[in-house]
Amino acid sequence: MFELIGIPPQAFFGQVMLGLINGAFYAMLSLGLALIFGLLRIINFAHGALYMIGAFVAWLILQYSGIGYWGALIVAPIVVGALGIAIEVLFIRRLYELDHLYSLLFTFGLALVLEGLFREFFGSTAHPYPIPAELTGVQNLGLMFLPIYRGWVVVASIVVCLLTWFLLERTRLGSYLRAATENAPLLQTFGVNVPRMVTLTYGFGVGLAGLAGVLAAPIYQVKPTMGADLMIVVFAVVVIGGMGSIGGAIFTGFLLGVVEGLTKVFYPEASTTVIFVVMALVLLMKPAGLFGKA
Amino acid sequence: MTSSPLLSVRNLTGGYGDTQVLFGMAFDVNEGEVVTLLGRNGAGKTSTMKAITGLLSKRSGSIDFEGSETISLAPHHIGRLGLGYCPEERGIYGGLSVMENLLLPPVIRSGGLTTEQVLELFPRLRERARSKGTNLSGGEQQMLAIARILRTGARLLLLDEPTEGLAPVIVQQIGEIISKLRDRGYTILLVEQNFRFASTVADRHYVVEHGQVIDSLTAAEVTSRQSHIQQLLGV
Amino acid sequence: MSPNASAPALGATPPTTSTAKLALLIVACAVLAAAPFILYPVFLMNALLFMLFACAFNLMLGFGGLLSFGHAAFFGMAAYIAGHSAKVWGLPFEVSVLLGTAGGAALGLVFGLLAIRRQGIYFAMITLALSQMVYFFALQAPFTHGEDGIQSIPRGLLFGLIDLENDRVLYAVIAIIAVGGMLIIDRVVHSPFGQVLKAIRDNEPRATSLGYDIDRHKLIAFVLSAALSGMAGATKVFVFRIATLSDITWHLSGEVVLMALLGGVATVWGPALGALIVIVMQHYLASFGAWVTIIQGITFMACVLLFREGVAGVFIKVVNRVRGAS
Repeated sequence: MFELIGIPPQAFFGQVMLGLINGAFYAMLSLGLALIFGLLRIINFAHGALYMIGAFVAWLILQYSGIGYWGALIVAPIVVGALGIAIEVLFIRRLYELDHLYSLLFTFGLALVLEGLFREFFGSTAHPYPIPAELTGVQNLGLMFLPIYRGWVVVASIVVCLLTWFLLERTRLGSYLRAATENAPLLQTFGVNVPRMVTLTYGFGVGLAGLAGVLAAPIYQVKPTMGADLMIVVFAVVVIGGMGSIGGAIFTGFLLGVVEGLTKVFYPEASTTVIFVVMALVLLMKPAGLFGKA
Repeated sequence: MTSSPLLSVRNLTGGYGDTQVLFGMAFDVNEGEVVTLLGRNGAGKTSTMKAITGLLSKRSGSIDFEGSETISLAPHHIGRLGLGYCPEERGIYGGLSVMENLLLPPVIRSGGLTTEQVLELFPRLRERARSKGTNLSGGEQQMLAIARILRTGARLLLLDEPTEGLAPVIVQQIGEIISKLRDRGYTILLVEQNFRFASTVADRHYVVEHGQVIDSLTAAEVTSRQSHIQQLLGV
Repeated sequence: MSPNASAPALGATPPTTSTAKLALLIVACAVLAAAPFILYPVFLMNALLFMLFACAFNLMLGFGGLLSFGHAAFFGMAAYIAGHSAKVWGLPFEVSVLLGTAGGAALGLVFGLLAIRRQGIYFAMITLALSQMVYFFALQAPFTHGEDGIQSIPRGLLFGLIDLENDRVLYAVIAIIAVGGMLIIDRVVHSPFGQVLKAIRDNEPRATSLGYDIDRHKLIAFVLSAALSGMAGATKVFVFRIATLSDITWHLSGEVVLMALLGGVATVWGPALGALIVIVMQHYLASFGAWVTIIQGITFMACVLLFREGVAGVFIKVVNRVRGAS
């Protein structure tokens, strides 16, 4: 067996794999944020809380109705998406005419409320969520042992990201969405119900966060704070990628996950801060972000 | 022709924020007509167009389209009634290809041109079908902006200054297209500052000043009253 | 939907009248002098320092139009520096506070240089991410003692003479620091520099065309805001004798935003009022666990939806209406 600068390959590829998993979540969350930002021009601070709720929905329906992982993959995004639609219709809609900082502050408050409610009712401790039987076990890839569930998470999130990309770039609905991002009022004069599209986009974006929450449940366990800290890293990812493109958000998410994983191999002390350092460097060299338009 | 006009605007007022720009606009557009709103910069022509499409959020009075009162409808409901809007800045989506732009507005009723018919009318667009909207010349953008509202089945086309900033050859082409569209039965409301162009394509003209219609004339009266109109327009 | 270019910026139209302000200041001083005889001095000191922190933060939001979501970094890092200076280096109170303030300013300079060219939500996200980086630094660096924090920090003697171990003496010193800091902010806001800052907030292209160096003005304001936030954090160390991670988390960054928003971002003194309300709220809700967070979140949402002028803004409106009626 070969070694990489004194690092055994199992450790090396294991960390790259962990990085890819983190990257899968960064990608799915920043994709949702970018979709919402494109159309609503708001930063959804509650995204992390809705991701957490996605995980909780999975855990709750398993506890109380016996619906397992595969059912949760469908139910949780729908529940979270519906919650998002209610939030948009009841509250966020009233804020479009104001400075966009207000919607940021509103969703921050919302995140506090959601997180606080789950802490109050379910405690701060983590609830374990079992890996579905079909995805347990480990696969020997020669260079490393790959837990099957982790491989599944990476594949599933890549598929979800590609489907979303296809929806946007290759369908009629996608052309409406892209057009609305550029000039929504004109699109509306063509007879397209833009306000409904905005609502559904918010629902879809947070639904993606809910789906990510279900995927995360067996790996990170289910706890009320699981979204908040992740959210800040995702913001950094968004700043690095720039808000310009959907593809950029996906790519940057995976890239930074791997960068974080590699840092864990070579300089573990910096693994929690490396994404922020990258952000600072990108801001110095390309303030609009890697894929952003100035 | 029917007795009641296709579009009937009465006592239309409106503005942006605290600034009022329309002060009781009133005019009619009959089925099959080409009608222009003439006037200087800032007279309220574009705001009138925006009020008709519903984009001017502060508006009151009456806008009657085919017997439906639209003054309090949302823009997408107005659009669904059968109005096609071509804005002054053309509104080509830079991130979408020419073909995507062309196919973007949904078909809202039957009777529109087919995509093939549209491309026959604008052969240049066929050549550029795969280009991004941002890569078009001004003339091509204008063609595309008109072309994409012909498929939808809209019966009234609102064209805001389609000749602005274009070379004389292109202006002439646009004039020919407007004539062809009229022959096909489209009703057209045109905003123009270019009186000479307007007089070659329109059946009737309204002169707009300070957010009101101050005069109107038919194509037949244009020659006899030319100097009067030019004085009003400050040409 | 589409961004509304003419939407009023956060904190537009700051109204103030100078005679009423002087009267208020005198009343405030009287209240400050009487307060420690009625209320628990440690609670008061804590409240005063958060009032200073909220006003310092709002210099950036209310008058620079930039929402920083990372101000806890300045507050918390200054606290660690002051704590380390007093405990490990044995330096006196005044030097430790100054070192902390300088640390806050230096960190503010770094944040500012990185973030100042971006506006709006980008600025908020960048400052939040940078402050999280500072948090992880504080979690790992040896001198902060990680989860334990720096404990048993001596209050020492002020100028080598005045014993700060007495709560009422420390209260007097802190009242002077906090009110002094807030007066500095008031001076800055009403200075020519403050006018330029407001002009930039209201219409940046116009301020550029008038020849102002936008980035420099914003950066100076940001550093000043960070320095005074640092001063508040550094001083707070001596109240509770500890410096911990809780002073450097994003929760605190969010709390100071809430204080400013609740008090009224268009005013100099509103955020102080907001801070007082939030601190009192925390004090009474402390035993209810997660409800503190929930109520803070609801307050945030209510402020944004119904109450954008904040308490001070509403107060000014009512006063003007009463005046107009009489």
